[in-house]
Parts: sequence; C-alpha cells; structure tokens
Amino acid sequence: MPYIPHTPDEVRSMLDTIGAESIEALFDEIPAHLKADKLDKLPEGRPEMEVLAQMGERAARDGQPLCFLGAGAYDHHVPAAVWELATRGEFYTAYTPYQAEASQGTLQTIYEFQTMMSRLTGMEVSNASVYDGASGLAEAVLMALRANRKSKSRRVLVPDAVNPRYRAAVESITSNQGVEQELVPFCTEAGQTLTDSLKPYEGDDYAALVVPQPNFFGSIEEVDALTNWAHEQNMLVIALVNPTALALLTPPGEWGQQGADIVVGEGQPLGCPISSGGPYFGFMCCTRKLVRQMPGRIIAKAEDTEGRTGYTMTLQAREQHIRRSKATSNICTNQGLAMTAATIHMALLGPEGLTNTAAQSHSKLNQLLDKLTAIDGVEKAFTAPGFHEAVIRLPKPAQAVVDALSEQNILAGYPLSQSYHGQDDQLLICATEKRTEDEMDRFANALQEVLQ
Amino acid sequence: MSTNPLIFEHSRPGRRAAAQIPRAVDDNALADLPAHLRREGKPALPEVSEPEVVRHYTNTSAQNFAIDKQFYPLGSCTMKYNPRGANKAAMMPGFLARHPLAPERHSQGYMECMHELQDFLKEVTGMEDVSLAPMAGAQGEFSGVAMIRKYHEANGDDERSEILIPEAAHGTNPATAVMCGYKVREVPVGKDGDVDLDALKEAVGPQTAGLMMTNPSTCGVFERKIEEIAKTVHDAGGLLYYDGANLNAILGKVRPGDMGFDVIHMNLHKTFATPHGGGGPGAGPVGVSKRLQRYMPTPVVGQRDNGSFYWKDTDELPDSIGHLSAFMGNAGVLLRAYFYAMVLGREGMIRVGEYSTLAANYLSKRLQDVGCDAAYPSRRASHEFLLTFARQAKHNGVTAVDVAKRLLDYNQHAPTVYFPLLVPECFLIEPTETETKEALDRFVDAMENILKEAKDDPDLLHGAPYTQPLTRLDEVQAAKELDLAYKEEGAA
Repeated sequence: MPYIPHTPDEVRSMLDTIGAESIEALFDEIPAHLKADKLDKLPEGRPEMEVLAQMGERAARDGQPLCFLGAGAYDHHVPAAVWELATRGEFYTAYTPYQAEASQGTLQTIYEFQTMMSRLTGMEVSNASVYDGASGLAEAVLMALRANRKSKSRRVLVPDAVNPRYRAAVESITSNQGVEQELVPFCTEAGQTLTDSLKPYEGDDYAALVVPQPNFFGSIEEVDALTNWAHEQNMLVIALVNPTALALLTPPGEWGQQGADIVVGEGQPLGCPISSGGPYFGFMCCTRKLVRQMPGRIIAKAEDTEGRTGYTMTLQAREQHIRRSKATSNICTNQGLAMTAATIHMALLGPEGLTNTAAQSHSKLNQLLDKLTAIDGVEKAFTAPGFHEAVIRLPKPAQAVVDALSEQNILAGYPLSQSYHGQDDQLLICATEKRTEDEMDRFANALQEVLQ
Repeated sequence: MSTNPLIFEHSRPGRRAAAQIPRAVDDNALADLPAHLRREGKPALPEVSEPEVVRHYTNTSAQNFAIDKQFYPLGSCTMKYNPRGANKAAMMPGFLARHPLAPERHSQGYMECMHELQDFLKEVTGMEDVSLAPMAGAQGEFSGVAMIRKYHEANGDDERSEILIPEAAHGTNPATAVMCGYKVREVPVGKDGDVDLDALKEAVGPQTAGLMMTNPSTCGVFERKIEEIAKTVHDAGGLLYYDGANLNAILGKVRPGDMGFDVIHMNLHKTFATPHGGGGPGAGPVGVSKRLQRYMPTPVVGQRDNGSFYWKDTDELPDSIGHLSAFMGNAGVLLRAYFYAMVLGREGMIRVGEYSTLAANYLSKRLQDVGCDAAYPSRRASHEFLLTFARQAKHNGVTAVDVAKRLLDYNQHAPTVYFPLLVPECFLIEPTETETKEALDRFVDAMENILKEAKDDPDLLHGAPYTQPLTRLDEVQAAKELDLAYKEEGAA
C-alpha cells in the first residue's frame, strides 16, 4: 500500500480498539446508495520507477527549446543551492506557521523576504506573497479601491501596455465586485504610455492608475511623470514592476514626488524556473499607511517571554480565518515555497549579482536587436528603450515565423497578434543573462532563413 | 538577542557568492537607459558567501516542525507524507524548462500528463469536467462561486444575492462569497454536528444563489442529510458548492458528484499529497456538473481526434469565468499530484479514504479512553475529529492553546486550535493515513501526560513550550510595534 504503513495485524488491532467489525463499518453513517462503485475508469497504481520513467519520457518530449520568449516568464539562471535548500523537508513539508514557536524557520524566512522586497522596491511594507503577478495585480486593484478615501469610484486606469493576460485575470477576479478597467492607449511610435494619453481622464474619478515598469512591450516608462499625474488627480499609484529590472531602475517608492502607493509584480525571475507557468509567486508591497488594507500574510518581529527575538504572523484581523466575510481577501495559503526559494536566490545573488543579471539581460537584448535588425525587413517597432524585452517588426506575420522557428527548436518570442489588433507583424522578444552569442546567432540565422 | 541571526546580520561589505554573479557589463551597455530613471546605488540585499547562505538556510529550516520530522495532525489541512518521487518528477529538466507559452509541439508531454490528471480527478469526484487552473483552494472556491453567479446571470436570475454557509465553515468560504459580490447568510449547525435542516429550510428562498459546504464537515463528521440539503437548495433554485478541504476522508468511498454537488474544488496540497511548503503553493482544481461546464476557468487541456493535445481557451469556452493567473495555474504542483495519482491508482484512491478514517477513529477512541472529551462522542469520526477542553478550562484554567503549546514539548505538532468557532476550546485533529500506529500511540501518550499536568500543575502548561528555540511570543506588542523589515543598527 503506497505510503500507508499498517500491517494487517495492526489494522485488526485498531479496529478492535474502535470496536468496529471492519474498515467499511466506519462509513456506516454514509447512506449506502451514495457509496461509489469500483472507480473502474481509474488506472491501476504503478511503482515509482514506472511512473518516473513515463514522466521522464514526456518531459524530454517537450524538447527544451532555445528560449527567446518572455512575455511574463523569464529564463534566468537559478543557482543550484536555491532549490536544494528550498526542498529540504523542513521547508517543504511544513505548513502555515500557526504555531510560531515551532515555525521560526518559515517565519524568519518570510521576514527576511519582506525586508529584501522592501529594499528592492523602496517601500516600507511587504507581505509574504500572493499567487502570481496577475492575481497580485487584481488584489492590488481591490486594495486601492478600499484604500483610496478620496475616491468613490469602482474604476481604475490601466494602460493597454500592461500585460494583456494580467488585465484578463484582473477582469475575472474583480468584475464581480463591480470593478471596471479603463484602458489607456499607448503611443504606437514610442511603445510607451504618455501622460498626454491621460489628459482625457483629468478631473474624472478613478481609484488608481496602474504604472507598469517596464511595460508588456519591454519599454521603460516615464514613471515619475505618470506617478505625479495620478497623485494630482487623487488616484493611488499601483506600480507593476519586474523585480530584476529594479536592480537598475528607480524603485517605485521613489517615483515622482511621493512614490508609488502599492507595488506588485511577478516574482518568478527571482529563483523560480519557468516551469509551465508555476508555481511562481506574486510580491506585494505598500506604504506603511496602507498596511491594514494589505491582503495576505504579514510577519512581524516579536519578543518571547525571555526577551529573545522571534517572528510571528501579525495583523491577522485582516485575514479570512479571523475576519471571515469582512476580510481584505479570501487568500489563505500563498506561495510560501516559491517565496522561500526567492529569498535564498536574492541572498546568493546579493546587490552585485542581481545588478549584473539585470545589466547582462539588458545588454544582451541590445546585442540581439543588433543581430536581428541587421536582417532585411526587420526593425525595432518602438523607439523607447527596452529592459530585456523589445518588439520587432517583421516582413511576415509574426505567428507564422514563430511556428516555423518552433520546428527548429527555437522559441522566437510572443506574436502580439495573440493579444493586440493590427499588430500582426510584431514580435515580442526577450534576452536574459543566459543567452550566449552562439545562441543569438542561431536565432538570427534561423530567422533570416525563415524570412527569405 | 536572537537565537538565529538574520541573513542580513551575516552581511559584510564586499563579501559575495562569486560563483552566482554574472560577468559585469561595461557602462556603455547601459547608456541607453535614461539617467533620470536609473536607480541610485545597488539594492541593499545581503552581502554573503555561498557557504554562509547554505548554512544559514539549513539552520533556519531546522527551526521548523515539518511532516518529515514530526507527527503534524493539523485538522482540515491533511498533513500526510509528501512523496519525494513527486518532487523528483516535477523537477525534471524538461518540465522546468517548458515556457508556459511554448507552442503545442513543445507541450505535448506536459499536456498529456495534465489531460490524464483532469480525467483522473473527474472520475474520482464524479464530476462532468475539471479545470486545473485555480492556484489554491481559495481560488478554487472563487472560481466555483463565480461560476454559480454566471449561471444565474445567464438565466436572467438576477435576484439571487445570497450565499448560504454553515457556521462551521472555513473562513475562506464567506470571504470568497463576498469577493464574488454576494452577501453571506450563515446556517446554524445542530448539536450532533449536522447542519440544522429546519434552519436551512427557513433560510433558502428566491434570494439564494447557492450553498457552500464541506462534507465531511469541519466538525469532523459526515453530513448525513446531504441529500435533503441538496434537494432543499436545488428546489429553491440555488446551486450546491463542495469545498474539497476534507475530500481525503471520502476519497474513493463517496463522490461529491453523486451527492448532488454542482461544483467542487479540490485541494491537491491536501488530498493529493503535494507539499504545503510553509504556506503554499497549492493547487485548487475545480470540478463541475454539466450545467456549469461552459463557465469553467480557462485554460483547460483538450484532446483532438488525432490524439494531440491543445489548450482550450476562451475562444472555445466563451462563457468561461476567464483566467485566474497569468498562465495556467501551478503547473509544478499539478505534476506532483499527477505522480501521486499514478502511483496510487484506483485501489490506492480507495485506501486513502479508508485508512485516513481508520486512523482518525482509532485516535479519537484512544484519546477519549485516556480522558479527552470528544465534541461529538456519538458520531463516527471522518478523517478528523474534534476534542474540546472546555472542562479543563473551567476546572484547571487551562486552555486549548496551553495544551497545544505543551504538545510541542512532546515533539508533536499541535492540531488546529479554536476552529471551528462554535465548539469551545477545541482541537481539530487529522492524523492522515500515512502515520504508523506507533506514531498515533505516542500522541495519545503525550496527551495523557498533558491532561495529568493540567490537573497537577496548570502553570506548567501556561508557560509552555520550554523546548523550542523560543518561548511564547508577545503578539500584541508585535502588532503595536509592527516591525516588518530589518533595519541595520544606526540605519534611519
């Protein structure tokens, strides 16, 4: 019996203690006609060896193509120690730290994570993570609606240049509470959200403006101007940021005159493999003023009865297990293990490692752009600088190019036609520190062939 | 004073984990980044060596209780053994390297696993279809209630504004209903742990959108009148939501679909043995009846006639409640659950329900024999059961928390305390099917000793634990000071 330890003698002895004839007798409160039949459609169990062999074959079948695709999931190096440590049984098989004295490992790690994220984003407060960047943005929008006392609106301004998958998740998660996203167009030359595009909304009541950095096209936005504009309009600023980029770019806490109010983003680049989209984690930070509107777990430093330092869950009156229908969110479990990996990842990289990762990624994007735009008919679509992603224009539909390169085991990027109308010839490409000169040449050569 | 310094306290200027630092680029490479948008200085992450990081997090992890170290009978959390094979499977390079937006030709292996997992979950729960998209139980709940809402809206049934929830329910249930734009009405639970059917009959009406319930309930008993409850809600035009928190108890024995539930979520981090990871990541797939199929969250894995797999998205499911994450849920967790499903198979599924129920009833009986009070002594335990320390609180001034803290000194993780709220001074105890009889007996021995201590020396319990790195923490003071991030000494 896989993972069940009892011998037949033990089972008999346990039943005797209970005073039951058989295991089946323990189910005698369930109406007999409701009992399941034999579940004939389920396969028979198999030993670990066989299941691993089959899964290994399937994993290999997916081919590990050369990756120039980003669009929200980024192929960075993850130090070997990260998951060796994160999957230690003491982290891997513990649960929510309800018993603080027996959970200091998890609690201290979260406190370290909160500290790192506060420093990276320039914000005072971080929570212990939410599910991912997209659902994190939805939580941030709901939080902004609660927190903005100057606004009565259920509407938020969201640039069209925000990841369309994020906007879709925000719609799914918030629309039942009457939340509306008003789409702010982007400048089709610069590939940025200009303050000029915000003019039509001046004087209207919106709870918040989402400011992406960089935006979905990889373009770096003029975050100071956008932040100041929103604050002048009594809107809160929700910064949606790539954490790697923050090693080079102004942290949201310092944007404009007052800084962003809420910061969210996808934590995957900090130590999570791209692994089919999860588990990743969303990070979420805010100003101290807004901490009581924050969803999710928050850990605080505490003292024990002997005056020693420890860590404990705090402000639990925000949370569903205490506040039930009045909670800030229904979130319970978050992405603890991915957050643990990220904490270890950031400790290993340190200030210099994260900065060099960001700088290498940016530099390689520019190298890649040089190689690709040397091909006839290929050009940069936008004038704004990119961080580690950029949009190129192709002389053929991007989807067809992606399909063709996929046959050569290359993921060429994300065809914008999948999310935007009238941008069929545009391809979003990405480079990280992992991409080598040889790999970029391979991509450029293959692209040239496909375009001929 | 701290027993385990923070990683920041190991930091020394200029120290680094050199093997993890990519080569520097020359400054020209960053020249195109506008100066006014650049960060001043580098982020203040710790400056530590790789050996220090490994030692620090190894020592930090050691301060946790964990299933791999201790009996961990947290009620309604299903802390069973997490197979290492599942981790190995999910961490295969091919799975880790697969980009979520990779084209189909680079996704067939992964999608085949997911398609089989969908089929497996359908069969074991008796539902018409399954979506693996929700990233946690609470997101599964959200999906379920959002589907109920869509269903009523599609029928032009706009007056339904209320979700009914038994008072013993998890806090996520009412919080979810509110996130979906509903009001919550709580339904009382009777003295025997079953929902008060008369009260339910009074509560339902044209305003009822649905009922969310866990069965077996968080009182640790099987809801015997489930068919009448289903009929009552359905007759009023509402739908029935099954919170799968306690699915482990009935896995392979009774299927939610056969009990009349319209929509369910499963917690794969409970029932399918994926790790709890110190608080996630989980996975909360939803199962639906035929009438809710078109509203399922996307994407779902479909299979063509030629055998190939593809993502069914909102183009094929236009009435879907939509996407809940940037991609397609917690893939790595789903792969671990798939491994578990394949190793256990049909017979294994049936054994999960059987042996978790056996363990709970055995433990309940033994604990009552040594003087513990069961909250529902006349009932069979499901895979978990409730004890109450109301008697000890009254006579000895000893609370459930005192007993919980003292258990840590006996190297036993405490059960869930003070939940559900309707039973005073309670423990919700879930031993799971993977614990040996000796492990259960050791817990009984510990509890027997603690009950004796409670009588002889209540202060001993008030001061517990004594054997952990720390004694009890002052949560009130912590919330007042609200120190949420480390500051170096002398820092502003």
